[in-house]
Amino acid sequence: MRVLAALSGGVDSAVAAARAVDAGHEVVGVHMALSRNRAQMRTGSRGCCSIEDAGDARRAADVLGIPYYVWDLSERFEDTVIADFLSEYEAGRTPNPCVRCNEHIKFDALLDKALALGFDAVCTGHYARAGLDDDGLPLLRRSVDPAKDQSYVLAVMGPRRLARAMFPLGDVPSKEQVRAEAAARGLSVSAKPDSYDICFVADGDTQGFLRDRLGSRPGEIVTADGTVLGEHDGAYGFTVGQRKGLNLGRPAPDGRPRYVLSIEPVQNRVVVGSAADLTVGAVDGEDAVWFVPAPEDWIDCSLQVRAHGGAVPVRARTTAGGGLRIEVDDDRLRGVAPGQSAVLYRGDRVLGQATVSAAHPAAARTA
Amino acid sequence: MTPEAVAAMTAHLSAGNPSSLHTAGRAARRVVEESRERLAAAVGARPSEVIFTSGGTEADNLAVKGLFWARRTADQQRRRVVVSSVEHHAVLDPAEWLATHEGAELVFLDVDADGRVDPQALAAELAVHGERTALVSVMWANNEVGAVQPVTEITRVAAAHGVPVHSDAVQAVGQVPVDFAGAGLDALTLTGHKLGGPVGAGALLARRGLELTPVLHGGGQERGVRSGTLDVAGIAALAVAVEQAVTERAAVTARLSALRDSLVDGVRAAVPDAVLRGPTGPDRLPANAHFTFPGCEGDSLLFLLDSAGVECSTGSACQAGVPQPSHVLLAMGLDEPTARGALRFSLGRTSTEEDVAALLAALPGVVERARVAGMVGVR
Repeated sequence: MRVLAALSGGVDSAVAAARAVDAGHEVVGVHMALSRNRAQMRTGSRGCCSIEDAGDARRAADVLGIPYYVWDLSERFEDTVIADFLSEYEAGRTPNPCVRCNEHIKFDALLDKALALGFDAVCTGHYARAGLDDDGLPLLRRSVDPAKDQSYVLAVMGPRRLARAMFPLGDVPSKEQVRAEAAARGLSVSAKPDSYDICFVADGDTQGFLRDRLGSRPGEIVTADGTVLGEHDGAYGFTVGQRKGLNLGRPAPDGRPRYVLSIEPVQNRVVVGSAADLTVGAVDGEDAVWFVPAPEDWIDCSLQVRAHGGAVPVRARTTAGGGLRIEVDDDRLRGVAPGQSAVLYRGDRVLGQATVSAAHPAAARTA
Repeated sequence: MTPEAVAAMTAHLSAGNPSSLHTAGRAARRVVEESRERLAAAVGARPSEVIFTSGGTEADNLAVKGLFWARRTADQQRRRVVVSSVEHHAVLDPAEWLATHEGAELVFLDVDADGRVDPQALAAELAVHGERTALVSVMWANNEVGAVQPVTEITRVAAAHGVPVHSDAVQAVGQVPVDFAGAGLDALTLTGHKLGGPVGAGALLARRGLELTPVLHGGGQERGVRSGTLDVAGIAALAVAVEQAVTERAAVTARLSALRDSLVDGVRAAVPDAVLRGPTGPDRLPANAHFTFPGCEGDSLLFLLDSAGVECSTGSACQAGVPQPSHVLLAMGLDEPTARGALRFSLGRTSTEEDVAALLAALPGVVERARVAGMVGVR
């Protein structure tokens, strides 16, 4: 196959490309330029946005003996991922920009352009397994190394795009093995630090980034019954489940800590309450994508709502208009916010994905 | 590099330091001075007007910064730096740096739809601000769209106001007749690797009486304005290459311009809506063809042609390889989407009719495919 290997400049994508070459594919390396004003050197734990990273990607392509190009997707990135990040926070929701990048950039703009230019697949260094099940349906599974699994942020691409994706690192037992393999192949990025911060937030200061872009928007911090407890400088500075940084002078009547329960964007209010109020009993999702026939009746499965969170048992079914209803009898599901990505699994297999539109407290279930 | 330049370079790789007074140093000095004489004679300059540099970028920096500082030192009100809007970054960026750090006032000379500067615009500028102008820099020929600038008319206009003119002739030497004295220039940049010589060797021609403030300080080897031990082998190869490029210019460019014309005709036939950018006739470099392909991204075209074995360029290569819309095309009045569909074809001594035929055979399919990919990009 003709394979486009996305090269970020990091160790994972370099080894993934190397494995695609080993598998006998005709591989071309492409580095995506996602920022117009790129810093010369990499800083902190950001992954792919500096000129140094582009140079690392080019050196990896040199070592692998594959052609290398830079494609400028910065405008698309600004218009989709960053714009979505800001408007979601503005709307009181909690976005995951990595999910949106996979949705709009890697497995949309990049993949579509690659297919249009005659490639058969796009290869990345994500930790997940892509394949076909016994019925010939596209199958997305967690990686062999559960600690590195990225199926959560990939699920949004849906089955049609998955069929064109290649994840050669899905079956490696550990990241250490990837680094060792990189060193053995003479790839200079073998010891490069992992990236985990949001790539377009310069110093890892997400709140500062939001404040710069969205400005100060003072409002009230209230309890569920509307009692005003304090003030905030911008509701975007709060996420559901947050405990620190509320700066409330008065303790709660029961002396227990308070948590952010929800953001009310129209009134610009942050609602706080007890830990018990955070427990979620049901979740509504929108824009669902399915890797299996969409379940019109309840199915038993498990739900993951964060990139690095565990899955809890739930039942789920579709609703009218491409929606999804999830019900939970497990107190471990807490602090779910609209905007988060909800991914349903059976075992290690991804069944479907939707964006959370509403989370209902478990208290409502029992009441 | 031409075989002659390679021979000159390899013959002198073991040369001594030409600034040393011992036997080896004197032998090296002789090579440098003979090279200086040969280079000067080939481009209408005097040997004492040749300042050897590490290439075009250093020569441009010395011209722009050196002239600005020297002219401002002589008269504090001279702060205006006038450059064409289609200059190479080796001129634009020093000029912008002077504006940011040294209080220069940067003035851009607009170009017409073909990328050419209007000398009357310079006349109007200098009629108002002549006394406050430190220098004018207008390239001899543009590297992207091949526009040959009216350098002689520009120097005539500037001379009336006593303002020195520098011209970056990196693309011009060996392609069009270049006569430093005849053009009335005060300073001129040339470099080896664009004319069959080595990378890393170039020169600034500077009129004998021209005051330049040094950019590189040290031993003062070149006329007291450029320091650094001279690269004897590079200089020898540069001189041979310049001499050869000038001597063979008429014959080479006659062949290349005919080949270029067949390329242009062929592209127009293969892709009827492709638009040739830049002037036609004698105002265009003979080996340059530049097109915009509507609905295509230059980097898609580049990739697909590269896959088909045709090497070309979207504009000028840049640091991280990130394709930005060309400032030259934007200055010519193109909008960003149109400018993104640009592709430059440069022909060289080794280009053949077979190369052009291979390009023309691949082009229709490449453009069709790039259009589909382009539709993806704008969706």
